[in-house]
Amino acid sequence: MTNEFDPVIIGFTCNWCSYRAADMAGTARIKYPHNVRLMRLMCSGRLDPTFVLKALAGGADGVLLTGCHPGECHYLEQNYKALRRVKLLKRTIAAMGIEPERVKLVWASAAEGTFLAKEIGVFVEEIKALGPLNWPQRAGINGIPVHQPEIEEVPA
Amino acid sequence: MTGEEAQTNGHRIGVYVCHCGTNIAGVVDVEHVSEWAKDALGDRGVVVGKDYKFMCSDLGQELIQKDIEREGLDRVVVAACSPHLHEKTFRNATERGGLNPYLCEMASIREQVSWVHTNKAIATEKAKAMISGAVERVKEHESLEPFRVPIEEATLIVGGGIAGIQSALEIANAGHPVYLVEREPSIGGHMAQFDKTFPTLDCSACILTPRMSEVGVHPNIELLTWSEVEKVEGYVGNFAVTIRKKASYVINEDCTGCGICWQKCPKKVIDDKFEVGLGYRKAIYTPFEQAVPKYPVIDHDNCTYFEKGSCKACEKFCPTEAINFEDEDEVITVNVGNIVLATGYDLFDARRIPQYGYGRLANVFTSLEFERMTNAAGPTDGDIVLRDGVTAPKSVGIVHCVGSRDRNFNNYCSSICCMQSLKFAHLVHERTGAEVFNFYIDIRTPAKEYDEFYQRVLDEGTRFVRGRVAEVTDAARLPGEEGKLIVQVEDTLAGQQRRIPVDMVILSAALEPRTDAYETAKKFGIACSANGWFTEKHPKLDPVATMTEGVFIAGCSTGPKDIPATVSQGSAAAARILSYIEMGELALEPVRATVIAEQCSGCRICNDLCPFNAISYDAETELSEINIALCQGCGTCVAACPAGAITGTGFSNEQVLAQIEGLLMLNVEPQPVAEPA
Repeated sequence: MTNEFDPVIIGFTCNWCSYRAADMAGTARIKYPHNVRLMRLMCSGRLDPTFVLKALAGGADGVLLTGCHPGECHYLEQNYKALRRVKLLKRTIAAMGIEPERVKLVWASAAEGTFLAKEIGVFVEEIKALGPLNWPQRAGINGIPVHQPEIEEVPA
Repeated sequence: MTGEEAQTNGHRIGVYVCHCGTNIAGVVDVEHVSEWAKDALGDRGVVVGKDYKFMCSDLGQELIQKDIEREGLDRVVVAACSPHLHEKTFRNATERGGLNPYLCEMASIREQVSWVHTNKAIATEKAKAMISGAVERVKEHESLEPFRVPIEEATLIVGGGIAGIQSALEIANAGHPVYLVEREPSIGGHMAQFDKTFPTLDCSACILTPRMSEVGVHPNIELLTWSEVEKVEGYVGNFAVTIRKKASYVINEDCTGCGICWQKCPKKVIDDKFEVGLGYRKAIYTPFEQAVPKYPVIDHDNCTYFEKGSCKACEKFCPTEAINFEDEDEVITVNVGNIVLATGYDLFDARRIPQYGYGRLANVFTSLEFERMTNAAGPTDGDIVLRDGVTAPKSVGIVHCVGSRDRNFNNYCSSICCMQSLKFAHLVHERTGAEVFNFYIDIRTPAKEYDEFYQRVLDEGTRFVRGRVAEVTDAARLPGEEGKLIVQVEDTLAGQQRRIPVDMVILSAALEPRTDAYETAKKFGIACSANGWFTEKHPKLDPVATMTEGVFIAGCSTGPKDIPATVSQGSAAAARILSYIEMGELALEPVRATVIAEQCSGCRICNDLCPFNAISYDAETELSEINIALCQGCGTCVAACPAGAITGTGFSNEQVLAQIEGLLMLNVEPQPVAEPA
């Protein structure tokens, strides 16, 4: 183990804007930290708060949600719904003892590869400053499948 | 073995890792990753792990096809480039192998790993995590079939400007029925108001009116002027559109368009639409001589009979008894398969820049006013004169970018104003010999023959002053300024402030979205950009389609453009629609939401979430329902349903949750590179 905390972040990206921004960052060879693992939703409005909780419970130290800029939603206005949900969700996780800053919403259009890469860098730094979440340990939950295969080896 | 069964669910998954030449292999240890997939993910259902130079090549695709047959794969994961590039390719390969194409999933290890990271060990571990996520996700995939919807042959076109006219003619000439809706009494749009068209200076009416008459007599076009769309229901292939035909008080079947009614009508009204306030029309009128259709309408609000209860001069003099004062609005519904929105633009209201004096200083004109003035059929019979109607100007100032390229109003460039201003300069020269000043920020003449026209206007002796005009005033300060309009401007090339006295000022006002563009967009279920222009499905590769299947956009409703571009878009929209009509039915992506009736409590939370009005509440069953053809698959309702009663195909909760789990099964630490396999 090296001493520096190397966070894991799950990023939910909109299929139409920010996933394409990630494509563009790739095509333009813009480097950003490796800590973010992106996955695709059709729209930021698809974000079920459960997804965020699942990611945090499963070992992620932060969750990034990216969507189309206000007024540019591919589905007209669903990004506003994402905005509302994220605001509520931050309050909910704060009540659970998790820093609300671990969840972040960023608007990034398909043309903003550079911007997305920069924002990922910023978020990774923010999460590094917050430190590891270790939610399973914090919440005293066992059996959350972080490296589960090894954990299961023990009783056998 | 039984424990393993539980994790694999009996799945047999093939993982294919692409080298992409050195694009991926240069950073990610692809051989190691494919070995790892087979070994480490064996207990999660992976039975094949292979790497190949170019998975998208024929040989790469055949690898997948053969393995599906030989190894009995039931799921495929391709770790390669972005799914936006090759998802279709690998879905097709999967289908050729005998599986449903939607049982394939991609992990983007080029765009999201090898191209953005440099540390090989870290990149390799991240690629593994991405593959782990894809493997978990693909297990939750279901076989999907695209929806097939039949396409109604008829098309609705909204807006009878040149874009709508072009679309209508293209579709009608191909033999298919068209409904053309226009809210004014005649088609023609803005182009009918213009005098000359740049850069060729051919007369606008000469090229437009033949097209208009063609529309008017076309057996496949039903012209619905003086009408507006009230409501749109349905979806691609099968729209039901409610149209209000406003009462015209004229029986079109009997009217011959002889014009006696408007000659006899005693009520003169300032024409603020077609003549932009420079001329008059009667209370019964057609907007202009060559109007199509030729039938007049009565302007209810200005008609003496409707105001005072007596007059009926038009009725008395009508030789065919075609006036009917009892006429009422008629609401009709038409069924169409596709829709073109060609609703055009509004001119920026120059009063919003008070320092330019429009509306306060008599001899400040807008570009559209000047168009009418130079038009031989216009209020001055084509004479370029001051507001007094007789005096020809000796000097004219033309101000560019009024309301566009201006942070206070519109950031965008209105695209046509430079050429339009150059055209004005030429016309003023030609007809009055007056001295012309163009006040510009940049001259933008990027299309065919445009810059040549600019050179021509330069040669004619038009003065160009580079700088944004600060003020137009009638307050004379210096000798020679009395009785003139003084244009105060910083000449940025000379580096000094200048006061230039002129007799007339023309403001090249910006093109703006229609004031009701947002409501129109909402009615048809499409989006507007932040500026208010209709949003294209793709700004470059699909400029006339929208996110709503079957609704197309053309002309200035999507942004400022000149006549050639507008006509091209009208044709382009028609071409897209003709291909739909030709196909007869359309296959839609099966990424859709559906309500599981057993779990729906009828709470209706989802009903207001859908911007496409795809969700409705059935009062009888007390359940919400989703119209699968209207649903665009965003999944917002899926996320919102408190009972989890809505499922989204392609992006179900199970799929997303499984992917999250998969992504987190491996945590990236800088050091844990390849364990010996």
